[in-house]
Amino acid sequence: MSLHQLTAHALLDLIKSGKASAKEVYADVGARIKAVDPKVKAYVRLVQHQPDFSGAMPVPIAIKDNMCIKAQEITCASRILKGFISPYDAGVIERVKKSGGTILGNVNMDEFAFGSSCENSCYGPTFNPWNLQCVPGGSSGGSAAAVAADEAVWALGSDTGGSIRQPASFCGIVGLKPTYGRVSRYGLIAFASSLDQIGPLTKDVQDCALLMNIISGHDERDSTSVNEPVPDYTKALINDVRDLRIAVPREAFAEGLDAEVRHALEEALDLLKKLGAQVKEVSLPHTPYAVATYYIVATAEASSNLARFDGVRYGLRSQPSKVRKNALIDMYEETRSQGFGDEAKRRIMLGTYALSSGYYDAYYLRGQKVRTLIRNELDEVFKTCDAIITPTSPTVAFKIGEKTSDPLSMYLSDIYTIPANLAGIPAISVPCGFSKTGLPIGMQLMGRAFDEEMLLRISYTYEQNTEWHKKKPNL
Amino acid sequence: MPAFDDSILPMSISNEDVKYIAALARIDVPENKLEGMTKVLGDIVHYVEQLQKLDLDNVKPTSHAVPVGNVLRPDQIKPSLNNQEAMSFAIEAKDGSFKVPLVIE
Repeated sequence: MSLHQLTAHALLDLIKSGKASAKEVYADVGARIKAVDPKVKAYVRLVQHQPDFSGAMPVPIAIKDNMCIKAQEITCASRILKGFISPYDAGVIERVKKSGGTILGNVNMDEFAFGSSCENSCYGPTFNPWNLQCVPGGSSGGSAAAVAADEAVWALGSDTGGSIRQPASFCGIVGLKPTYGRVSRYGLIAFASSLDQIGPLTKDVQDCALLMNIISGHDERDSTSVNEPVPDYTKALINDVRDLRIAVPREAFAEGLDAEVRHALEEALDLLKKLGAQVKEVSLPHTPYAVATYYIVATAEASSNLARFDGVRYGLRSQPSKVRKNALIDMYEETRSQGFGDEAKRRIMLGTYALSSGYYDAYYLRGQKVRTLIRNELDEVFKTCDAIITPTSPTVAFKIGEKTSDPLSMYLSDIYTIPANLAGIPAISVPCGFSKTGLPIGMQLMGRAFDEEMLLRISYTYEQNTEWHKKKPNL
Repeated sequence: MPAFDDSILPMSISNEDVKYIAALARIDVPENKLEGMTKVLGDIVHYVEQLQKLDLDNVKPTSHAVPVGNVLRPDQIKPSLNNQEAMSFAIEAKDGSFKVPLVIE
């Protein structure tokens, strides 16, 4: 195998034993980007200067285009931020640099993380390495495609309603959304502040634990960051699920679930049972309301967060040719109309509506209350179970363009991933099969708040007893 | 707590509603896109109205998954970006401040 095909832990072993150098690894991944990125289009820009190779863990990493890297352009894949050069590093970037991580560049995403396909980008779409006619998922589609295509050893993404897990599932890799507050959001350009969380996209579960060790921990610059001790996540890599209690919600098998995805999940459950886990059926009756709740809460927060993009401070400023209202308001409206794409405009307007006078109680407050119900019923299940298993997405990767004209059908592809964001709990997607057409299928495990270790343990056991994660796309 | 009065909900979103929301959001929706935007927003609002079916009278709202109060730090000066660094991305600047179009004649 070439260096770029290896996992981070395999590469670190080679580097430690002197069989490869950090510089060679970085150059090999760089050559891979050159060879296949014209087809995959995962990257929106590469870093200009070679990094420092002397750190302890010099693993080449791709960063989603919504995390600030000092002296590097960052745009959230939006025209409105074109030309914005960050004057500082995000909390996670500081941690990656401190670990010795070698940053390759920024990868594509749906504009401001609004989307599930990586098609809403001012740079154009990213393509799924398993089938270039299909989407890689989103919004962290560039992160997932880069890792699946061996154009990065691992990557960081962000997840507000499934944006790490769904693309990980579509691209056949591992993706973890940590507990809300586990990883600093300082320097992450906000979408929905009460839901956003940064997390790893990796080639296997062991790498996921390693990258969690690097990025987790308290950061006083993010006031929602939680000051809880960070365990060594690699200690959770235990190949044993005997007597662990895994819940399967009845609602996860409702209509809309693709037959092949259902079959793959049933086989995964059978295997976990064979390995000694106790699988029991539970009910989460309010989870079918999760998508509706999310599109109120998330858009309301987004409309507030995106008010800062007004042409005054950063990125784009446009002025209409003739005066409409007054020069300043005209400038705001022209800049935002030119700068935001269609989906961003829709979500800002939906959120503005949900928060507007007269509708606040009917929409936003109601959304927050349903959020409580969903959270309570998940808590209830965790009193008697160690994890909840569902598909990550109801389907495998869909075709480019298939859902762009129908935003609602796109939103429904997040039906399984949204509850974890609403409840703030951790959730992981791991590969669990392939469709007849050769597209990856993922399963999702949700856990108790701050119990990422349980998710890693079950995923690791499953992975050690299957071969899905070893398959590579032909590019 | 009084029962929820769903008579305040609109049956659907009108072009006028969209114009009003667009003005609040400082987004200009040109006439030729108004109909399309009204339809898409109407479909989404219709979809989220399923929440009206739920009885939520005694449910407390969740604004944050992790219950945290205000986080304050001691009022001490710490190293931070200086004015020049903080203004490095300014579209238009003058005397260390952001410059905007003339507001008051």
